[in-house]
Amino acid sequence: MNNKLAFNIGAGILLVLLAAALFAPLVAPQNPFRQNLEQDLLAYSSAHPLGTDKLGRDILSRVIYGGRISLSVGVVTVALSLTVGLAVGSLAGYCGGWVDHLLMRLVDILLAFPGILLAIAFTAVLGPGLDHVVLALCLIGWTSYARLVRGEILGLRQREFVQAARALGCPPARIVRLHLLPSLWAPLMIQATFGLAAAIVAEGSLSFLGLGVEPPTPSWGAMLNDGRQFLLVAPHLTSYPGLAIMVTVLALNLVGDALQEQLNARNR
Amino acid sequence: MKRYFIHRLLLLLPTLLGALTLVFGLIHLVPGDPVEVMLGETASAADKQQLRQSLGLDQPLSTQYRKFLSGLVSGDLGQSLFEPASVSEIIRARLTATLELALCAMLAAVMISFPLATLAAARHGRWLDRCALVFSLLGLSLPNFWLGPLLMIVFSIQLGWAPVSGRGGLSHLFLPAVTLGLGMAAILTRILRAGLLQALQEDYIRTARAKGLAESAVWLKHTLRNALLSVVTIMSLQFGGLLAGSLITETIFSWPGLGRLTVQAIQTRDYPLVQGCVLVIAVAYVLVNFFTDLLYQLVDPRVSYEQ
Repeated sequence: MNNKLAFNIGAGILLVLLAAALFAPLVAPQNPFRQNLEQDLLAYSSAHPLGTDKLGRDILSRVIYGGRISLSVGVVTVALSLTVGLAVGSLAGYCGGWVDHLLMRLVDILLAFPGILLAIAFTAVLGPGLDHVVLALCLIGWTSYARLVRGEILGLRQREFVQAARALGCPPARIVRLHLLPSLWAPLMIQATFGLAAAIVAEGSLSFLGLGVEPPTPSWGAMLNDGRQFLLVAPHLTSYPGLAIMVTVLALNLVGDALQEQLNARNR
Repeated sequence: MKRYFIHRLLLLLPTLLGALTLVFGLIHLVPGDPVEVMLGETASAADKQQLRQSLGLDQPLSTQYRKFLSGLVSGDLGQSLFEPASVSEIIRARLTATLELALCAMLAAVMISFPLATLAAARHGRWLDRCALVFSLLGLSLPNFWLGPLLMIVFSIQLGWAPVSGRGGLSHLFLPAVTLGLGMAAILTRILRAGLLQALQEDYIRTARAKGLAESAVWLKHTLRNALLSVVTIMSLQFGGLLAGSLITETIFSWPGLGRLTVQAIQTRDYPLVQGCVLVIAVAYVLVNFFTDLLYQLVDPRVSYEQ
């Protein structure tokens, strides 16, 4: 697929999803919390285009509102992880020496765990809830940004323009902010795109295990978990939230791949 | 090789100790009183005190940490709160099932990705190559907590080709192994295809063809062998991911392994068991990465510690 086309398709899907999440009260046909036990586990009807769940709640509305949770957890996780990773990576890369060794060993220790396992362990211990999910995902999330920033800064700090700034007496924080960071935005944005996809899947995994958002708040992962009990009689309960996650992650991967390809072409 | 091994070992020890410290700290992160969280508010003061003593939570942190490490050396991971067995015994009983599943998932990933990536590289730019790219993109985007139920609906409920859940013969392994291995297959397809395409551009391939070597020998001896280097690393990193991914896959298919045990321990708030499971998975992950580093050097002697 053409690189530009892939980017446009991915970005288009993301825009639609973002708009649906932002304007959920206007877009959703029904109240996602309203129960109607007389109409439980309906497949399709004009009032409920995607059917209803075990409590008779409209699935389309819950999928739309669920997007708010998944996307906001992803965005907040990426923003916090990026901020921490940027600060730690800059410090390690610019200072070097024992500061670099110490911070990178910490990164190694955290990366010694499969990310999702540590997130599951932390939310299991702290208890379910959105803030705990974000905290658990950030705990591992910042490490990849810190590694990336450190690596880039190590390569840049010996360049003439940085040495010239240092010779002119420019303070380290200013050198990092004005001279180094502008070169880092492109790889960081690519990393953030893939990080967003990973965070959405991780939130889904935690909610699927009952460690994410608490009922009755709709979340794609939690909806999948609820629907699992009715696989035989109502497979649509798992289909739509699963499809929503897949389409979101697919769109992010398309955008991330296209950006990566563009950056590679620029560096060649 | 010896120097490389020592360097890697020196890096392994602090990482391992750090990971163990983090696992030790888990139980101390429980908001409020961990004993009350585990037993519930209605538990009697005597029961709480007994549990506090058996977990060693009434002792200073440094003593607890020392006992935790010395316990690990002798293979003692503590006592489960709700099962009449030690954590080590419970984990040992479940470990085989998880390893069986993870290895089969890896095998499934290799069996899907190797032929697909090779065909894609051989037919670069054609429809087969595009199909491989679409497969890898979809495989990376499909979360296993959706793929599992999806495969279950199609292959167990509609077609009746595989059992819905449980552990038994090969038919029981099919769906969980594919669910767990598909993401890995997608990554391997992508990495191997890129590696093969890069290797095909090299001078030694042109030389091999120029001297009249059969095309199959060019692919097997030169192209595939050189492209395998990056695949080895990815496979080891993914193996750790498979162990973590088993938490969800085993839960979906009621597979009696370490992953399901972890989730059950979380649900019953059996924190010593949670701690033990996380520890075993983390240590396995660290050790797999360590041995991969060594394997990498064996596969390609040009790799050195300095690199």
